[in-house]
Amino acid sequence: MDLYPLYNSLRIAAISCVVVFFTGIFAAYYAARLPRVLKGILDVILTLPMVLPPTVCGYFLLLIFGARRPVGMFLADLGIKLVMNWPGGVAAAVVVAFPLMYRTARGAFESFDENLAWSGQTLGLSNTWIFWHVRMRSCRQGILAGTVLAFARALGEYGATSMLIGYTPGRTATVSTTVYQLWRTNDEQGAFFWVMVNLAISAAVLLAVNLLERRRKNGT
Amino acid sequence: MALEVNIEKQAGSFHLQTAFTCEKEFLGILGASGSGKSMTLKCIAGIEKPDCGRIVLDGRVLFDSDKKINLPPRQRRVGYLFQNYALFPDMTARQNILCGLHAEKDRQKREQRADAMMELLQIRDVANLRPGQLSGGQAQRVALGRILVNEPELLMLDEPFAALDTHLRLKLQVELKNLLSGYDRGIIMVTHDRDEAFRMCDRIGVIDEGQMLAMKETRELFADPGSRAVASITGCKNIAYARKTGKHEVFVPEWNIYLKTGKDVRDDLKAVGIRAHSFRPGEEENRFPITIVREMEEPFEWVSEFVYKEQASASAAVWWRYSKAFRLPEPPDALGVVPDEVLLLY
Repeated sequence: MDLYPLYNSLRIAAISCVVVFFTGIFAAYYAARLPRVLKGILDVILTLPMVLPPTVCGYFLLLIFGARRPVGMFLADLGIKLVMNWPGGVAAAVVVAFPLMYRTARGAFESFDENLAWSGQTLGLSNTWIFWHVRMRSCRQGILAGTVLAFARALGEYGATSMLIGYTPGRTATVSTTVYQLWRTNDEQGAFFWVMVNLAISAAVLLAVNLLERRRKNGT
Repeated sequence: MALEVNIEKQAGSFHLQTAFTCEKEFLGILGASGSGKSMTLKCIAGIEKPDCGRIVLDGRVLFDSDKKINLPPRQRRVGYLFQNYALFPDMTARQNILCGLHAEKDRQKREQRADAMMELLQIRDVANLRPGQLSGGQAQRVALGRILVNEPELLMLDEPFAALDTHLRLKLQVELKNLLSGYDRGIIMVTHDRDEAFRMCDRIGVIDEGQMLAMKETRELFADPGSRAVASITGCKNIAYARKTGKHEVFVPEWNIYLKTGKDVRDDLKAVGIRAHSFRPGEEENRFPITIVREMEEPFEWVSEFVYKEQASASAAVWWRYSKAFRLPEPPDALGVVPDEVLLLY
């Protein structure tokens, strides 16, 4: 059996999860500081991919990264090709998973007691130190939840991925596109196998979250 | 050591305007909640930015709107004890105190200094507990220790006892006062509790709706509040309109009495105040017939409401408060007030 789709899915999910982790957290951190009107507008734009059909996200991604578009041509000059290539899967997963990270991180930051940051500042601690040692530590539960949700969403991404990178066995195939492709070609046994793989990964992720939760509660 | 503050800030409909200095002393800022006390501290610490003005500490300009100087909080060297103590929740008491020593690069020295501070504050036995496991008093000392090891050039306390149970407050006030008696820098404490301010502070400023109304040596402030608002914030229960009728005499229309005063009365007198504790059954001066209309018993005192015989019928009753030890078998039919305790309010 060819396990390339599993490898490719995990690779795409892991890389996009790292990207979304940092971009989501920093977007959440800075959005919380903006004036209300600007924050509202930015919030809509950043959350939109969560409610849009993934195919619409894929359409926009093709508009930006298409081989004949300026950004696509610029990236091609740098040797990066996203369309019909596996890194495009990362782009698709990032766009779709970003709102999950952004929203959960923002929720966590909003419930953070700002006195903690201020007391750190008056002690002469740097904002970077306070951010990582106090704010992130206090908000770790929300951040962790957001990361896991983003990872799971990236792993299960289908719509935008199929539009941007299609399905090429051994090149762009992911678990979810393989399920559809095999089922479409009447390979029910193959489709069932990949459905089970998908179920196993999702169950493992959720189990991991629950275990982390319990350890956190027993600790401290 | 001297702090000079002269700032203005508009926040919505609230206008903060305050100017004062703080020498090497325990300075109190007394005011109701929402009067601008904490905002003043936050401006000094650099957490809030005033619209205009100047803040200078020991000749160091912390803020100057004309010269466009606005040091960030971490360069101001101003200690700030938050009302909820703001201890980092995921660190132990000891780690919290070590945070105040981040500038000390030598690890061994850092730990020695943290241990010495914990020894001084008697919190060694809670060193490895997290803030959530500390009692209010312990948390306060850990937060204070974290600030003191940082060696700020000014210490600011924001309602330091508000988070504590009432029965603990007095004990901790005494402890904190003793502890800080050796502190050789300026201390500013913000509070809404006049008793707390009186106990702790050398000098008190009274703030109301963003304006600093008066700033005086503690005893003098209570003995001569000078204005209605200050009298009321310092706990004077009986305030009535009055007009000057002589160098040492005023007429109070509401109570329909002429009062002798200790101080010279100025022409612009607006009102008089008499503290609930100032009435004496045996006092011959300013003695007028009264009728008690209501009484309330407290654990150690009696609170009586009375009216003067000739008092205008629509006006509020007068409060009299006295120790149970001085309870008379029959309620008195007249009460006097020492002329010095008639507060002249302008």
